[in-house]
Amino acid sequence: MFSYIIRRLISAVILLLIVSAVTFGIFFLLPKLAGQSTDQLAQQYIGKAPTAADIAAVKKNLGLDKPVYEQYWDFLKGIFAGVDYKFGPEAAKCHVPCFGYSFKTHIEVWPEIQSRLPVTLSLAAGAAVLWVVSGVATGVLSALRPGSFFDRAAMGVALAGVSLPMFFTGALALALFTYQWPIFERSDYVPLLDNPFLWARTLVLPWVTLAFLYSALYARLTRAGMLETLAEDFIRTARAKGLPERKVVVRHGLRAALTPIITVFGMDLGLLLGGALITEQVFSLKGVGAFAVEAINANDLPNILGVTLLAAFFIVICNLVVDVLYAAVDPRVRLS
Amino acid sequence: MTDSSEDRTAAEAATTKTAPQTSAFLDVRDLKVHFPTDDGVVKSVDGLTFSLEKGKTLGIVGESGSGKSVTSLAVMGLHRASRQQRNKVRMSGEIWLDGKELVSADPDEVRRLRGREMAMIFQDPLSALHPFYSIGSQIVEAYRVHNDVDKKTARKRAIEMLDRVGIPQPDKRVDDHPHQFSGGMRQRAMIAMALVNNPELLIADEPTTALDVTVQAQILDLIRDLQKEFGSAVIIITHDLGVVAELADDLLVMYGGRCIERGPAEKVFYEPQHPYTWGLLGSMPRIDREQTERLIPVKGSPPSLINVPSGCAFNPRCPYADVPKDNLTRTVRPELREAGSGGTPANGGVAGGGGHFSACHMAPEERKRIWTEEIAPKL
Amino acid sequence: MRRSVPVATIAAITSAGLLLAGCSGGKGSSEGSGEANAATKGVVNASDAKGGTVTYAMSDAPESFDPGNTYYAFIYNFSRLYARPLTTFKPGPGTKGNELVPDLAESMGKPSDGGKTWTYKLRKGVKYEDGSTVTSQDVKYAVERSNFARDVLSLGPNYFQQFLKDNDGGGYKGPYKDKSKAGLKSIETPDDQTIVFHLKKPFAEFDYLVSAPQTAPVPQAKDKGADYTKSVLSTGSYKFQSYQEGKQLTLVRNPQWSAKTDPLRKQLPDKIVLNLKVAQSTIDKDLQSGNTLVDLAGRGVDGQTQAQLLTNADEKANTDNALGQRLVYTAINTKVKPFDNLECRKAVEYAIDKKAVQTALGGPIRGELASTVLPTDIAGYQKYDLYPQKYDGDKLDLAEAKKHWDKCGAGKATTTILARNDRQDEVDAATSVIESLKKIGVTAKIQSYPTSKYFSDYAGVPAFNKKNNVGLIMMQWGSDFPTGYGYLQQILNGKAISKSGNTNLSELDDPEINKLLETAIANTDKAAREKAYAEIDKKTMEQAALVPLTYFKVLMYRSPKATNLVSTSAFSGQYDYLNIGVKK
Repeated sequence: MFSYIIRRLISAVILLLIVSAVTFGIFFLLPKLAGQSTDQLAQQYIGKAPTAADIAAVKKNLGLDKPVYEQYWDFLKGIFAGVDYKFGPEAAKCHVPCFGYSFKTHIEVWPEIQSRLPVTLSLAAGAAVLWVVSGVATGVLSALRPGSFFDRAAMGVALAGVSLPMFFTGALALALFTYQWPIFERSDYVPLLDNPFLWARTLVLPWVTLAFLYSALYARLTRAGMLETLAEDFIRTARAKGLPERKVVVRHGLRAALTPIITVFGMDLGLLLGGALITEQVFSLKGVGAFAVEAINANDLPNILGVTLLAAFFIVICNLVVDVLYAAVDPRVRLS
Repeated sequence: MTDSSEDRTAAEAATTKTAPQTSAFLDVRDLKVHFPTDDGVVKSVDGLTFSLEKGKTLGIVGESGSGKSVTSLAVMGLHRASRQQRNKVRMSGEIWLDGKELVSADPDEVRRLRGREMAMIFQDPLSALHPFYSIGSQIVEAYRVHNDVDKKTARKRAIEMLDRVGIPQPDKRVDDHPHQFSGGMRQRAMIAMALVNNPELLIADEPTTALDVTVQAQILDLIRDLQKEFGSAVIIITHDLGVVAELADDLLVMYGGRCIERGPAEKVFYEPQHPYTWGLLGSMPRIDREQTERLIPVKGSPPSLINVPSGCAFNPRCPYADVPKDNLTRTVRPELREAGSGGTPANGGVAGGGGHFSACHMAPEERKRIWTEEIAPKL
Repeated sequence: MRRSVPVATIAAITSAGLLLAGCSGGKGSSEGSGEANAATKGVVNASDAKGGTVTYAMSDAPESFDPGNTYYAFIYNFSRLYARPLTTFKPGPGTKGNELVPDLAESMGKPSDGGKTWTYKLRKGVKYEDGSTVTSQDVKYAVERSNFARDVLSLGPNYFQQFLKDNDGGGYKGPYKDKSKAGLKSIETPDDQTIVFHLKKPFAEFDYLVSAPQTAPVPQAKDKGADYTKSVLSTGSYKFQSYQEGKQLTLVRNPQWSAKTDPLRKQLPDKIVLNLKVAQSTIDKDLQSGNTLVDLAGRGVDGQTQAQLLTNADEKANTDNALGQRLVYTAINTKVKPFDNLECRKAVEYAIDKKAVQTALGGPIRGELASTVLPTDIAGYQKYDLYPQKYDGDKLDLAEAKKHWDKCGAGKATTTILARNDRQDEVDAATSVIESLKKIGVTAKIQSYPTSKYFSDYAGVPAFNKKNNVGLIMMQWGSDFPTGYGYLQQILNGKAISKSGNTNLSELDDPEINKLLETAIANTDKAAREKAYAEIDKKTMEQAALVPLTYFKVLMYRSPKATNLVSTSAFSGQYDYLNIGVKK
């Protein structure tokens, strides 16, 4: 198992390199194909009416005058060795890992992302707990009485949850529970360690909105998985041994039905940790997702790279953890 | 706890019922297992009667869909183990196990008998065993459901059982998972799990179908040895007459949810009393037959269990359907009658006690003639 | 199902908000509502009451609060709380807010040498928040860093760089590269109170130029380049308490500020909090519920909130519909056929149905019908209409248009019209223009691009326009300083045409107009200048270089909880942020 993990981590690094190279490519080469010159690119980071000298100066400072592969190499060097930048009277030291400085604001990328991580992590983790518990429980209960009123009602609600877009449910939740009936006052994110109560109160509506969608999904998945598993032969064997039905359902049924859900969960969580874009926008949460949106809008390459790599990293790690978990649970899966 | 009107009447009857005056360990009377569906009622088992003594082996044979497995599951109470199942099945008749009636009993009581008084092994041990848990832990679980012991003791017992069924290095293999065993070893392990509580009735549903031929023989030997050792009653369900020839003391042939012939194994094999049985024997490849002779298949396909043919269920496929007069085969359902004398099971015949019965409208002499003149020479 | 483009998100959020417009009632506006547009006529809730916290919010975040590194009008407005430029605008309603008064300087500049040299004397005794005294060298340094170090501080305009005399021998390289004591030689500081600017050419409106926050003093020892925005050293009535980039800025009273050296500011609230990156629909709700006092961007409420406010009499009383000192127009590319022909351009002037365009832009609330280049709230504006449109009920009379079109002989023409795809109103307006032009035989197809690249890559690149047969370009223009020169120079001067980032979208290069601009700015007589601007306006319209559509307006929500709210023309109709307080 150990060597398997090592191998996966190595391929993760390679994947991250590829992601960064592709991001670089998209950023530089696509507009170039459309006919954009480096001057025009540099101009996006300047204010009004720049002179040619201004443009040249900005180009030089941001490194845009170098060929793309050289810029990429500098970027890689920066991650492992740190870089010096000249953005004022003295040179600024950018510490490892250095993702560079924002083209527009000249603020170090990594500390920026770091400061936004707790928001996204809190949002993702809280919602994840909510949706797994509620989704799986509903799915199991539905599977145990298929066709019943509970089952139909639950799956109906689940269908709504899966179909309604997040910006609708989020905006609706906000309008009802913050403005119409001031149950959850709107406030900015408060770190958990500062004030756990406020931290939770700020996040309740975003948690519920996010969880509603995923919970619905997981309820349907769990129900389908459980129904399928309960039809398996080993369930019949378990009953034939004389086990009480509850033990059959939980120890034999649920255990087997949950393994594909674990895989899906890994994917979902990995994606979410890279930033829950819509939820963060609706609730004005300043997380990594909102940061990604701003970076793309401002065409700010270092920021874009930072969030893209971070998102890729999370996805890779979550998938790795989930694969290891899966192998630990299902002995038929050998890690090789 | 009963949930259908039929069961309720059975329950009422049960309070005034007494055990039948036979010494059979397992006594099934007029068992009916019906599944109501949107397309109609599936009559999987439609009036089955047989009995079995301890120490004896009953072989139940028939095509797929004849009702063999449904019967065994009914004995085990596995049609009503969960609430969801109970809403989908209608059972009637009586199943007496060691003096206890199971059809009218509370499902939880039946559950307590499962794995202890009666145990079952299934066709495909790879899918019948839970893939996530080790063999040892599954056997331990089977043991601890019915015995209040600690894990250490249970584990010792599990290793003991694995050894009993002939698995080498049982103390090491007890922690292996099902997929790490070969097919034969897996089936042995499942047998070990079924026998861990010394059940008095063992039901084996197609125990060798998923195995290689060489392994099949080993498993059958194992079952026979264990039966001798524990003295349990064994029911073997199979579509393979060769398997049954090995082990069974008595044979029960099912067709369309009904028993169409029943009796001691040699009698059924050498003097079969039903056209369907003739067809089964004829379609069975035999080493003593000439290679150039063709197999004689039974024409047609198994009947729908929703719309069972009226009269004798076999009549659409029976070459002798017109032999009985007055179109009886198509209108009247034949009763099980003593093959030789024409008596019914109710007045004397007990399996293993010599009774050979057949459900056919042809007169026994007629059948005998057809068998000796037409069929036997060809086999 | 998960990711989406932010613009689509915002559009979708607002469309969801449409459903909720009925559900969510406005809260907390029951006490003392004024009347509609009160702040455009005078100061609302005038009060000297001290104390409390004033909360601002905005949907975006400026890249920088550094007064030397910005060109947003709302930062020009807001930064005066912590950065005092040489001159500034006195709070006043509408065009009364255009009055320029000395701020850090003790009086307006003294021109000499025919307007090529300007001298200012600083007020005595103005201190930074840390107690050190402000000197003229600090003002010089502020101009040097903001204008001559464009590789580091690149976000502000560079007027000073354009007009100040440069150093010999290759030019001044900015204070980060040039460590000499003299720095930019054309700015002299003979003593700590005096600063002298030497310009290349006479510039009569220099007082306006120095009202930019780029002249707010920055001590060289405390400068951190691009990081200075994190801890600006205050000379105003408030100082930074904390700044979380992209999240929140908190200001508290500056103990070193004194009313004795500052007749303008009042230092009323204890604290000022600015919340960044709050969704616009949320800001609108917070304004109504009283959680937020002012929307910093000052561009008004979103469409759904607007509809809700205007249909409710109580809510409507809390709105201000202010002119934004901006013109919405369609530039006609004079270098692309058939619009290189004057008659064809005149036909377009008559053909575009301005009423329909006004409706597409959001109706009269969003803009008044325009007919001049200069917006109504800039000195020099004169009302006239060279191409009056006649309506028969709702239908525009196209007789004149067709007449000119026939005269130019272009027959059936095809062209391209550009708009910004993240501004739905602009796209709608372009569509309306296309419909109008169909009627005289012009088939225009629309191509739209994001704002961030509009000027650098597309509309602002003359080569692109030529290649793609772009004859018409949708545009909105507000000046950097509220004078005719400030407004007209960038969009009409032939010399202002640049290869990319161009704002003279008509590529107008009329030698008479160029000359008028250059002589006007050198003329020290205000009235003469304004007369010249009016003339430039007329000449431009005679050339039919652009089609004025509307004078831009915003609909803002005025919180009844705020004091001293006045909508000023100097900052595009925003409330003047200098003295806003909060009611107890």
